[in-house]
This record gives sequence, structure tokens and C-alpha cells, in this order.
Amino acid sequence: MSFNTPLDLRYAESHEWVRVEGDEVVVGITDYAQDALGDIVYVELPAVGATFNAGDVFGVIESVKASSDLYAPVSGEVTAVNTDLEDDQAPINSDPYGAGWILRMKSSGEESALLDAAAYEKHVAEQQH
Amino acid sequence: MLKQTPLYAQHVALGARMVEFGGWNMPVQYSSILEEHAAVRSTAGLFDISHMGRFIVSGADAEAFLQHITTYDVAKIAVGQSNYSLLCHPHGGIIDDIFIYHLPDEYLVVVNASNRDKDWTWFQQHAEDFDVTLEDRSDSWAMLAIQGPIAEALLNAADDVEADDLTYLPFHGVALCRLFGVDGLIARTGYTGEDGFELFFSAGHAPLIWESLLTLGQSAGLKPCGLGARDSLRFEPCLALYGHEIADDINPYEARLGWVVKLNKGDFIGRDALQRIKQAGPSRRLVGFEMVERGVPRGGYPIHSVDGEPIGAVTTGMPAPTLSKPLGLGYVPVASAHTDSEFDVIIRGKSVRARVVKTPFYAARYKK
Repeated sequence: MSFNTPLDLRYAESHEWVRVEGDEVVVGITDYAQDALGDIVYVELPAVGATFNAGDVFGVIESVKASSDLYAPVSGEVTAVNTDLEDDQAPINSDPYGAGWILRMKSSGEESALLDAAAYEKHVAEQQH
Repeated sequence: MLKQTPLYAQHVALGARMVEFGGWNMPVQYSSILEEHAAVRSTAGLFDISHMGRFIVSGADAEAFLQHITTYDVAKIAVGQSNYSLLCHPHGGIIDDIFIYHLPDEYLVVVNASNRDKDWTWFQQHAEDFDVTLEDRSDSWAMLAIQGPIAEALLNAADDVEADDLTYLPFHGVALCRLFGVDGLIARTGYTGEDGFELFFSAGHAPLIWESLLTLGQSAGLKPCGLGARDSLRFEPCLALYGHEIADDINPYEARLGWVVKLNKGDFIGRDALQRIKQAGPSRRLVGFEMVERGVPRGGYPIHSVDGEPIGAVTTGMPAPTLSKPLGLGYVPVASAHTDSEFDVIIRGKSVRARVVKTPFYAARYKK
């Protein structure tokens, strides 16, 4: 099984991706993560203005089969959440790096410490043993 | 080492995600649980359920033996019919839920995959005083389920399916059949809340039957379905799953399975305890609930009273695909088990309000 892992993004070991856009970062879950979870039918998102440290649980994502925590890949304040996902979660499965984005945070600069695409693919391959 | 069904290679070739279930390496989904679930509700789905246990009980005392170890009145199951039943401990707890098929001269008993060894041992331990022969056909036979509103039409349309006309096979009926040139058994039983069939035949023919059925039904919407959809499909009509709604420390009256216990049929294992439990009334009950506040209940989550007292636990919960909302089943004290009574499900440490609703969530559409 191969997954889409865009080269211009950074990745957390907990399977979130980060895209730097100006002084903000956009956060979502990876193609590997959406495939492993299956059909996503529910998301619980934080409020705009909430702040998290890297590794904090910031939300929950639920498929028919399982519920899974979402972890902040970097520290910072939430500046926007994708409220469209509250009514229709399908974009997380169909377009995880685009319309399936989850939230935006103020950039803390920590994203450079995250995995690059090659390192994330290696991490995924190890998880699949 | 996980066990594999005779269709393991077919599952892998179809790109199924394989998972461990009760010691078996089984497909949890092929495409998507939602798609597979929807196929069974609207057209049909095909399941490999060869991991389940299949025992043959024969001999002069076959009926008497099954009367002794199960709770249903086996004398009421005519030849060519089948029924749900329970194996209970002497204390009344449920060892397993089973299906008993009355064949000419013998009975076929289907048991849960995870309980195969436990049940086989239980059968053997209690067979000594009876003139019965027990045979484990679990490995020599394969078992498929084809479920959904077009299952009957699909099978009737297959030129080489001979089971007379399946239109005349009643609910829970079982008959000899010839399927794609292979002799087997077909029963109008299942675990999805839809009309459908379960098929039994020699394990070596499993790939031929599986592939022929998929080819036959492809253009009509038949999909291979994994254990994920099997669970969500049984959950909506509130069919119990061993290890969740029923277990060794849960009795049939709590599980709302009193209708499967026939106290007047004569003595059987667990009868005295079950009679006492019925007279006293159970202290807790299985209920179905919806969420008043946002959240998804999952099996194992604690249930607290609205005052914060621990009172029970969720047995199964999920976003129900057909009903498009999160629903749950769980045990609560009888006082909290009536419709509209409210309690909290503890979801990751947070109290989320839930309300008891009538069950089943989804009315089964069996052929009557």
C-alpha cells in the first residue's frame, strides 16, 4: 500500500501534517492516517483562540470503527478551524491535504523539527512492519 | 500464529485490510465500512464467516443432548428449521450464543469463532450421558453469508443454483442446495437485520463459490464485506455480540434474551439459576441510548448517573451508519433502564449526556 506524502509538508509521528503559510501553519491528518482510520464520521475541534503545546490533544476524530485523538504537531494558538468538517467529514478521507485541513495555528517555528516527507514515509513503513 | 480461513488469499487479493479477531486473521474492510454497510442495506453483501465454529450433533439422543445444554426448546425446531439458542453456566451466565439447524438425522450448531474451543470442550464434557456423536466440521466446511434485499433474487437468478426456489425457503429455514455445481446447505439466517442467507459447503470449494458469487452480483451492487460492516450491521438491529452484550458473567434476562430461555421445556444446565433470576428480576438491563450532547460512545466507556455515580458501562457504541447518529448499547441498573431516562457516558474523562431510546435502533427486515 502506498500513500500520498507531499514533499512540501512536515509531519508529526502521530500522523498530523503541517504546511507553513506565512506566519501561520495549517494542520491536518495524513493520507496514511485517514486510510488507517477508515470512513471518518465525526470530528471534535478546539475553539479559535485555544493554545496548545506540541503533543497536546487538541481534538478527536471518529470513524465507524474507532476514535482517535488529534495531537498538536507544534505549539501555538489556534487561529482558525475548518468548521465545514462538523457537517461533512468526507474531505478528510478524500482530500486530506486540501479540503480536509483541520485547523490553522500561529507559527512557533517548531515545524522545522518535524519529520520531512522521506522520514515520515520511513516512519509509516516501520509502523506497518 | 493467527488462523486463516480458506479464503485468505481472496481477501488479500481484493486488497482487504486484515485484522486479528478471536485468533483469526480476518478482513475488517475491503473498500470502506460505510460502503459495505450501505450495500447490505440497499443491495447485498458477501461475508466470509468461516472463522465461526460448526459442530454436528447426531445420534439417538441428539435432541435430548441439545435440550440439556442449551436454553431454547430444541423440540420446537422442526427438520428444515433453525433457531437461536444459548449455552449457559449452572449460575445462569452466558457461555455463548449459538444457532441450531435441524438437518435430517442430525443437528448443525454454529458457535462464535472466539468460543470454538471453549464450546467444543463444553459439548464434550456434557455428552457422556447421552447417545450422541459430536463432530467438529469447523475446518472441513466453509461458511459464507450473503445478506441484503437482493440476496434472494441474486441466488435465484444463478442458473446453477439448485435449492428449489429460494422464494419458498422460510425465515430460519435450512435446505440442501447445489451451488455452482457444489453440494452444500443454505439457510435463511444471518446477522445483519436484512433478509439473507448463510451457506455451508466443503472448505476446498470456498474460492470457487466466493468468486462465482461476487461475479454474479457485481453489476447489481453486491460487495464483499468485512468484519467492520458485520459489526455495524448487527449493532443497528441490536443483535448481541459475545464479549460485548453477552458474556460469562451476564445472564439472558439482563441481556433481554429471556425469549430464548424456555424454563418449561424440562431440565437443562442453568435452569434453576435462571428461574431464580427471572423471579427476582434482573438488577441491571441492556439498554439502547442516543447522545443528548455531542460525542461518540464506544464499548468499555463508563456510564455514570447524572449525579456522577458509576452505574454501568457501554458494551458497543459507534456512529450508526444507517441512522446517521452516534448510538450505544450498555448495561445500567433497572431503575435507569426505562425509555427517556438519562445518564452520562464518560468519553475520555468528560461526562456526556445520553438518553435511553427504544430498541432496536433499526427494525430488521426479515422475510416472514
